[in-house]
Amino acid sequence: MQFWIIQGLNSLSLGGLLFLLSSGFSLIFGLMRLANLTHGAFFMLGTYFAAVALRSFEGLNIWITALGVGVTVAAMGGLFERLVLRRLRANPLGQVLVTLGMSFIISDACLMMWGGDSIPVPTPRNLQAPTRLFGFVFPTYRLVLVGCAIAAAVVLYLLLERTRLGAMIRAGVDDSQMARAVGIRVSNLFTMVFALGAGIAGAAGVLGGPILSAYPGLDADMLPLALIVVILGGIGSLPGAFVGSFIIGTIYTFGTALFPELAYIILFLPMIFVIAFRPQGLFGRVIA
Amino acid sequence: MVPDALNLTNVHTFYGDSHILHGVSFTLPSGNVLALLGRNGAGKTTCISTIIGFLKPRQGEIRLFGKRIEGFPPERISHLGIGLVPQGRRVFPSLSVRENLVVAERRRRSTARPWTVERVYDLFPRLSERHAQFAGTLSGGEQQMLAIGRALMGNPSVLLLDEPSEGLAPQIVAEVGRTLGRLKEQGQSIVLVEQNRKLALEFADSAVILNTGRCVFAGSTLELLEDERIIEQNLGVYHGH
Repeated sequence: MQFWIIQGLNSLSLGGLLFLLSSGFSLIFGLMRLANLTHGAFFMLGTYFAAVALRSFEGLNIWITALGVGVTVAAMGGLFERLVLRRLRANPLGQVLVTLGMSFIISDACLMMWGGDSIPVPTPRNLQAPTRLFGFVFPTYRLVLVGCAIAAAVVLYLLLERTRLGAMIRAGVDDSQMARAVGIRVSNLFTMVFALGAGIAGAAGVLGGPILSAYPGLDADMLPLALIVVILGGIGSLPGAFVGSFIIGTIYTFGTALFPELAYIILFLPMIFVIAFRPQGLFGRVIA
Repeated sequence: MVPDALNLTNVHTFYGDSHILHGVSFTLPSGNVLALLGRNGAGKTTCISTIIGFLKPRQGEIRLFGKRIEGFPPERISHLGIGLVPQGRRVFPSLSVRENLVVAERRRRSTARPWTVERVYDLFPRLSERHAQFAGTLSGGEQQMLAIGRALMGNPSVLLLDEPSEGLAPQIVAEVGRTLGRLKEQGQSIVLVEQNRKLALEFADSAVILNTGRCVFAGSTLELLEDERIIEQNLGVYHGH
């Protein structure tokens, strides 16, 4: 019983992390029609930054670290969009190649700076003690992580659905040419959304650090998961990313625990079915 | 002397390699309605797309109150004061009616009585009833009202309407017509593209007829109505059937 409960919680916490990662990916794809393959690298960068910061400064708060790293990675993402991707707007294949190249550059830079060994990220001291609930023992930090993901989902939802800025972003997703014709500066929205997505990925990397540790290849482990989540949930859909994250979190966690040798088959099989039978994903709209 | 609201001089536009507009020129005096007519494929929508900045002209000038705007990106042209009601309406389907209006709101210092969501609802009470509904679920007529309201929210000095009666039931066409009449009374300068010649000429002060991307007529509505030969040759109206 303890196994199922703990794996259930692990599924939720991985799902939460995946949501933080894939929400930005999905937003960027929805608005810019750009598959940002740097997204996993932004996540990994967040984890390395957290490892360095939290190990160098005793007593540094992980939440402040996540905020600071989020802002830093957002700025890097915004610059990358302005200086590089913007020039390739009419060239989607070029954009994909550039984001892939950028992810290689980031991962090599990390390898160069921090070496090939995995660096653990300390769990915040006040969250190290396990929580006991109904006779079961839960790792507290994972519970808090799930709460963070839900809070982020609520904030993102309110931003997108309840503000004028959010409505402008959705207008850009619906029909970017028409959005420009009513005066919306869609290219500024592109930069903003790209920076926001990168920042959330970076912050997610910090928060995922205590569970995953910083190691070379973390980006390549996370990116396919984000891709599957977004394809399953529906590209550009925030509720889709939310539900898809928890589905994939569960499949991946139980798959690796029960049938480790089949984990990737269990993971990619639902995606193949979705692409074959419901290409717009669970919550996606058919793009005209 | 007040400069003309909109002025096109010798505009050439290409779509890929095809030369679509061959030196189109016309003038819209401030406060007037100009009907842009022609058969399918004559270049009317290309002309509208060039004015709003979806397409860049290879040659020629477009002036808005004397200021050159050709080749600017659409958002800048919108900010300078051109509003578009596009062919096919193109409301933002996943935004509510209200959001469709709010995202297009643009204050302009020069407008005495700016358009607000409430003022658009006064013009189209039906939109007020459906304010929280997704625009994609509206009927064609309601979407047309929303597209017009959305364009007005930018407080445009020139409004471009591309086939606003297309695909609508006769009583809705009549309502669009009444709206055009009210906007004209309020002094709105309008370029109206219409297949429905009757609707267009009812409101227009002047008309331009395009044929294969060239202006074959430019003059007052009265002159056009007196010249049946021009109408027959260029608008595909054949009597006696």
